[in-house]
Amino acid sequence: MQMIKRAFKTWLLWELVIGLSLTGRYMFRKKITVEYPEQRTPLSPRFRGLHALRRYDSGEERCIACKLCEVVCPALAIVIESKERQDGSRRTTRYDIDLTKCIYCGLCQEACPVDAIVETQEFEYATETRDALYYTKEMLLDVGDRLEAQITANLKADERYR
Amino acid sequence: MAWSDVGLTTLLWVLEILAIAVPVALSVAYITYAERRVIGWVQVRKGCNRVGPHGLLQPLADGLKLFLKETIIPTNSNKLLFVAAPVIALIPALVAFAVVPFGETTFFNVWETTHTMAIADLNVGILYIMAISSLSIYGILIGGWASNSKYALIGAVRATCQMISYEIAMGFALVCVLMLSGSMNLSAIVHAQDGGFWHWYIIPLFPMFLVYFISGCAETGRTPFDLIEGEAELVAGHMVEYSGMWFATFSLAEYGALILISLMTSILFLGGWNAPIPALDFIPGTIWLLAKTSFFIFVFIWIRATFPRYRYDQMMRLGWKVFLPWTLAWIAVLGIFTYTPFLSDIIGYYQPWRP
Repeated sequence: MQMIKRAFKTWLLWELVIGLSLTGRYMFRKKITVEYPEQRTPLSPRFRGLHALRRYDSGEERCIACKLCEVVCPALAIVIESKERQDGSRRTTRYDIDLTKCIYCGLCQEACPVDAIVETQEFEYATETRDALYYTKEMLLDVGDRLEAQITANLKADERYR
Repeated sequence: MAWSDVGLTTLLWVLEILAIAVPVALSVAYITYAERRVIGWVQVRKGCNRVGPHGLLQPLADGLKLFLKETIIPTNSNKLLFVAAPVIALIPALVAFAVVPFGETTFFNVWETTHTMAIADLNVGILYIMAISSLSIYGILIGGWASNSKYALIGAVRATCQMISYEIAMGFALVCVLMLSGSMNLSAIVHAQDGGFWHWYIIPLFPMFLVYFISGCAETGRTPFDLIEGEAELVAGHMVEYSGMWFATFSLAEYGALILISLMTSILFLGGWNAPIPALDFIPGTIWLLAKTSFFIFVFIWIRATFPRYRYDQMMRLGWKVFLPWTLAWIAVLGIFTYTPFLSDIIGYYQPWRP
């Protein structure tokens, strides 16, 4: 009896039918595709995207040219030159990040004692030339000015864990 | 015959050929689209839905892309054969459609008798299709050899081996159909299944239907028998060195064969253009045939989305040690049924050639 049952199952391709019915049911499941430009997945506050240089509320730039980020950068993507300013404080004259070198490890924002360099949640900055990915101090400050609200919110959200 | 007659006949033939070749090429394009959508759905994705409404323009974009791409001809290849191979593969795949009857028509009652909608209603239609469709293996073999690449060569050898093995089982499954219908003419086979689904050959020949369909999978190199282009070990089999439009020609041949197998399965086992119950005859036969064909194409895609690939020795075992004895046994059983006094009454129901 067992043998007859098995023979029938073999010749009627029973197990293949079971497999097909499973995939057939999956065909009508709700799809999990995220249609990217219109729909987006949520980003963590720790998301490491485009860099930004921040300012204090007074408009004074935070960076004190301690060069900790330059030292810690494993990809050697950061170049800093500094000089004494008229009022005697040390400031950067040059702060460049080569985003084609950067590996987005986030060590620079960890190293920064004054939260000047941070990585934002912005990730759509693809360009057509490599030159445009070489961010200078002005560009980084611009990014910071543009995304300050987001940066503050993310830093606040992550405060407990820092 | 006057020149104008010759011209008119030629024109009619060209029109007939175009009326089949153009829809075949278009449906190949949209089968690739359907394949991507259906496999996407099975994998809980949405599939391509970006180009045009519901992604319906995707095949056109793909075609344009392939057309604009450079065809790279390897330096050490046999250039003439390399270029000729896809065409040699494509021609038999298209030529085989010449005998496929797509239905019967009186051309909106203009003609007094019904005509079969086929370019050539051959008496040996099945033989013709078997002969022509096995010719396309030459394209694959030549392409694999002319590429002068080990992957292409091994892929071509595998493809040849597989197609020859499964051609035999397929042929014997067809013999069973012929023993019932008593004719090799495809429209005669359809007429032998006239009058409702209980006349269809899928009922007395269900195992042969399975054998034919699975062999069809193997013939066209579809999953689970697509180890001729197993990307893990052979990259893309005989198509490794092909790019651009020549690659597209190969896949055109492949999908053309897929359509042909689906058409043949519907004609041989599912009563062709016959409606399942005579009450549904008001729907034109061609629509029934195309609906059945589309269903089989869908099943091919469904199978591809479901099953993993066969191992090579398992595939050979299935072809030679399972299908071959099984089909031979069914031929014997059918023969015994046909010529034993009482049993012949049972099977005679499906044999219109009996007096």
